[in-house]
Amino acid sequence: MTAMIDVADAQKTFTMHLQGGIELPVVRGVTFHVNPGECVVLSGPSGAGKSSILKMIFGNYRCDSGRIGIRHRGALVDLAAAEPRQVLNIRRSTIGYVSQFLRAVPRVATVDVVAEPLIVNGMARADAQARAGELLHRLNIPERLWQLPPATFSGGEQQRVNIARGFISDLPILLLDEPTASLDAANRAVVVELVAEKKGQGVAMVAIVHDDEIRHLIADRIVDVASFAAAA
Amino acid sequence: MVDQGLANRDTLENDQPLLLAESLSKSFGRIAACRDVSFALYPGEVLAIVGESGSGKSTLLQMLSGQLAPSAGYVSYRMRDGVTRDLTTLGEAERRFLFRTDWGFVHQDPAQGLRMAVSAGANVGERLMAVGWNHYGRIRETASDWLTRVEIDVARIDDAPRTYSGGMRQRLQIARNLVTEPRLVFMDEPTGGLDVSVQARLLDLVRSLVAELHLAVIIVTHDLAVARLLSHRVMVMKGGRVIETGLTDQVLDDPREPYTQLLVSSILPP
Repeated sequence: MTAMIDVADAQKTFTMHLQGGIELPVVRGVTFHVNPGECVVLSGPSGAGKSSILKMIFGNYRCDSGRIGIRHRGALVDLAAAEPRQVLNIRRSTIGYVSQFLRAVPRVATVDVVAEPLIVNGMARADAQARAGELLHRLNIPERLWQLPPATFSGGEQQRVNIARGFISDLPILLLDEPTASLDAANRAVVVELVAEKKGQGVAMVAIVHDDEIRHLIADRIVDVASFAAAA
Repeated sequence: MVDQGLANRDTLENDQPLLLAESLSKSFGRIAACRDVSFALYPGEVLAIVGESGSGKSTLLQMLSGQLAPSAGYVSYRMRDGVTRDLTTLGEAERRFLFRTDWGFVHQDPAQGLRMAVSAGANVGERLMAVGWNHYGRIRETASDWLTRVEIDVARIDDAPRTYSGGMRQRLQIARNLVTEPRLVFMDEPTGGLDVSVQARLLDLVRSLVAELHLAVIIVTHDLAVARLLSHRVMVMKGGRVIETGLTDQVLDDPREPYTQLLVSSILPP
């Protein structure tokens, strides 16, 4: 099978110039792949570099060396060496990212925050909003909140808006950073369902999940990040 | 309609840059204000130039917009007819026409970009008349549309901008610039003199207009939050040089250069 994500020997070190140039090794030798329809969960203790690896795959953190292979419109692209414009194209049409926190624009209504990834890819606003409504409904965000900006919502509500925004599009790769962290049992179950549906559609996923029960429910494979520990 | 236009432009124009800067330098006497800056800007792309006062970012913007001749290097621009021209070869009339049609320039101080004593409607309509519109009713109708788009009460259309608040003036300046549907807009610290709440509203407005109209923007700002909210790409300048460049979130979340790390670490948490 052709992998959607193919990471080979990726390495990341932070150089802290303001702290006298000390080097903070994060990970090295990161090597794994993710097939279509598969959810790979990154495991390891806090600080092992799980989120950093996710950010490297999204192109948010740069790599010092190695390759971040991404299957984009049928061709394998090395994201670590891609031009900014290409990274943006890849994000628009290939990789979605559900971060831990919603970074919302101040005045935009919740339903539009969720619908935006579809609109950016050319869907008519009304159709995109209808799909956003379905997802918000599934994630138990009451309809009376849809026209409000999410900035004033509770942490759990914001995260569900974030999840809806992440799951709404039909991107072939999804990166999930603690998607269930501040959710109650009912909403966690919805997220598990959503992940299963994405697998059914052939989406390749990489997730960070601390909850053991959720991990068992969504993981097809576990990659232990401790083996990429960069400490000398 | 807007969405269809987007897809078309994506497929047609994406491979060719709109503006190209090649080894731009500018010296004032013995002082090098800007040294060896090169980049390409594509349609629909928002580039932020960040750096502190004296870093050379305003000098660079002046050269990019053809208002200041470079000491070395050149800027070329792909005109609406598809022909790429070196800005220095444009005649004064051609350059002015470009500024009235395909380009916009949003100044930090709206008084520099507006005519303060004539009505808001005339401020917007003037750009249309400059490109040959002559039907008063249509001009007024289009001006009203644009006032609405930038969230100015149409009842204020006959008032002069000197009676407007700072935020309204800035929104009017944006309407005046966008009415001719430019493809490239230069912005020099557009939120500079505004209160924080007014800034947020303006940024939000600019962000949605830029996406809707598929505008290319070169924005000079010292405010990294503005760069993060609006731009796809960022160039960090110091001492007249570009010291770091890349995707905006990459440069701000994973800054490499000592100076960029200093800038990023100087932001107060929200």
